Amino acid sequence: MSPPVLSVRNLRVEFPTRRGTLVAVDDVSFDIGPGEVLGVVGESGAGKSMTGTAVIGLLEPPGRIASGEVWLQGERIDRLPPEKMRRVRGRRIGMVFQDPLTSLNPLYQIGEQLIETIRTHTDASPAVARKRAIGLLEAAGIQGAARRIDSYPHEFSGGMRQRVVIALALAAEPDLIIADEPTTALDVSIQAQIIDLLKTLCRDRGAAIMLITHDMGVIAETADRVAVMYAGRIAEIGPVRDVVQRPQHPYTKGLMGSIPTLEMGGTRLTQIPGSMPRLTAIPTGCAFNPRCNAAFDRCRVERPDPMQTGTGAVACWLAARAADEADPANQMHPTRMAP
Amino acid sequence: MLAYSIRRIFEALIVMITVAALAFVLFRFVGDPVNQLVGQDATLAERNLIRQQLGLDDPMPVQFGRFLWKAAHFDFGMSYQVKQPVTAVFASRFPATFELALTAALFATLIGIPMGVYTGIHRDSWVSKVFLTISLIGISLPTFLIGILLIWVFSTLLGWLPSFGRGEVVDLGIWKTGFLTRDGWAHLVLPAITLGLFQLTLITRLVRSQMLEVLRADYIKFARARGLSDRAINFGHALKNTLIPVITVIGLQVGAIIAFALITEFVFQWPGMGLLFLQSVQNADIPVMSAYLFLVAFLFVAINFIVDLLYVWVDPRIRILGTST
Ligand SMILES: Nc1ncnc2c1ncn2[C@@H]1O[C@H](COP(=O)(O)OP(=O)(O)OP(=O)(O)O)[C@@H](O)[C@H]1O
Ligand code: SF4
Ligand SMILES: [Mg+2]
Repeated sequence: MSPPVLSVRNLRVEFPTRRGTLVAVDDVSFDIGPGEVLGVVGESGAGKSMTGTAVIGLLEPPGRIASGEVWLQGERIDRLPPEKMRRVRGRRIGMVFQDPLTSLNPLYQIGEQLIETIRTHTDASPAVARKRAIGLLEAAGIQGAARRIDSYPHEFSGGMRQRVVIALALAAEPDLIIADEPTTALDVSIQAQIIDLLKTLCRDRGAAIMLITHDMGVIAETADRVAVMYAGRIAEIGPVRDVVQRPQHPYTKGLMGSIPTLEMGGTRLTQIPGSMPRLTAIPTGCAFNPRCNAAFDRCRVERPDPMQTGTGAVACWLAARAADEADPANQMHPTRMAP
Repeated sequence: MLAYSIRRIFEALIVMITVAALAFVLFRFVGDPVNQLVGQDATLAERNLIRQQLGLDDPMPVQFGRFLWKAAHFDFGMSYQVKQPVTAVFASRFPATFELALTAALFATLIGIPMGVYTGIHRDSWVSKVFLTISLIGISLPTFLIGILLIWVFSTLLGWLPSFGRGEVVDLGIWKTGFLTRDGWAHLVLPAITLGLFQLTLITRLVRSQMLEVLRADYIKFARARGLSDRAINFGHALKNTLIPVITVIGLQVGAIIAFALITEFVFQWPGMGLLFLQSVQNADIPVMSAYLFLVAFLFVAINFIVDLLYVWVDPRIRILGTST
């Protein structure tokens, strides 16, 4: 297997506040291979955006990476000086945000914004950059790109704007795109198109995707692997087939119950009773235990770390016990020692 | 765009006519113009003759119409005090006020915007805190006090700068300018700072708060995610988005600068229109007073109009709005 594009190791993101330190991302590890699509799901507040933002180095102070490592193509990037990190952004990691209506600067033509991005990262002359920009817009499915390039953002519909945003994120040909709920703000009828576009464009350019979403349906159709997050940690991670069809973590099982059918469109993940704890009140033991119908004593005192299964990892005592019973001689090991 | 401009011009005309009505009422009913023109011992017949000559016997709408017509031609009659056409008196005073206001406005804008940007970006640096403290002083001290303080420090104590008048001016025919001599500039420094300080602090604080807001916007985050340089983000993307409110305020403040010029001109005995107005109030020189009122209103309206056009220039979204309505 080729070395991963992105490798996140034991990432921990903290927010120092007056009432103590909040841990928004806790001990998160995952890899994304070249051209791979990693889906990241979980309820609101699970830490999905924080993880993506930390990877691209855009955490807003006082938020900070407290520990852990982020490796991009074998180079550690979480400690880079700001100017070097700036050159990584856009050039090697691109990011797409949720709301296309607010992602573009209203005062500049989209062409100006594209050309600016291209010329920030390459030596292209204005004329060459403009040609490339038109090519990108065409690839992003903007009709009459040569003409539309001089339009302002408000002259496009929401879906069209997200196409422009994707073109912008890909302008300097990064190897990884972090897409944070790229379709949540869009009309249901065009969500699939935008996801398709993102996937096609990235595949053509060999770029990997970290696709953050609420929508298990999108994950099932788009992702190669999926990471399920809960209360700042990864509950389960593995190939999308396994996680969707044979989920091991009780939380994942609950989520799978909420895959929207085509008729329903994109419903949110609401099937599991209760709600995710706030960062100020994360339960001891397994953070999911108050909502888990399979919880037992150990769950309330000891926190499960992700443990290797055949193809992925699960952070659940139940799964650990099942594995032990299946093969007591060959106990599952935590992927790493708890600190 | 054309419809938008026409509508704005129409609105401006209404404002001007309203102000003209006020000026007219002032002119016609505050004090008797005839009394001002004849001696104490003039006979009734003499008075009536003048009354007739001035057209004061005509019906009111006719008088107002005539007043408007003349005002539109910048004809406000004769000054009671100096017995010269009001227009000529103003023309001789206008350059002084204009040069003072222009210098103050440039001072406030060219220093205020960078200070606002700096304090917006480096929120917590000690330089920002110094700037903000200074700006608090600028905003809370009344203009005349600032003027007096500056005079006390720089003229009385240090003796660096002159404290009154315009100094040496160069006569360019219709315009006497202080911009062309060292002495003229030296005289301009203290009044311009006095006049501009309030606007400077206002602009600094406004740009700062706008920057803080804009820097939180999604498109700034996206610009960062695209790896644009700090300079491109702060000045290209953020500052431009703060400009609309900043232009508004600067526009309004140019009006305020002319109004505040009155106090500054008084403190520094600056021979501009404000000083002229204060003198005219002392002497009940009604034509000068009503002309001043008219002129200040005209400047306000003209500035607002220009500001509206600038919006359209900065923000493409308004262009669309303008054409569709
Ligand atoms: N500035 C901040 N200070 C303190 N806590 C914060 C701050 N910003 C976010 N958080 C917390 O960090 C946690 C993770 O937030 P994050 O935005 O990553 O969630 P998410 O999984 O992306 O959710 P959503 O689906 O709503 O986007 C949340 O509990 C949130 O309350
Ligand atoms: S560890 Fe226990 S509480 Fe947590 S998900 Fe597994 S069974 Fe449920
Ligand atoms: Mg989020």
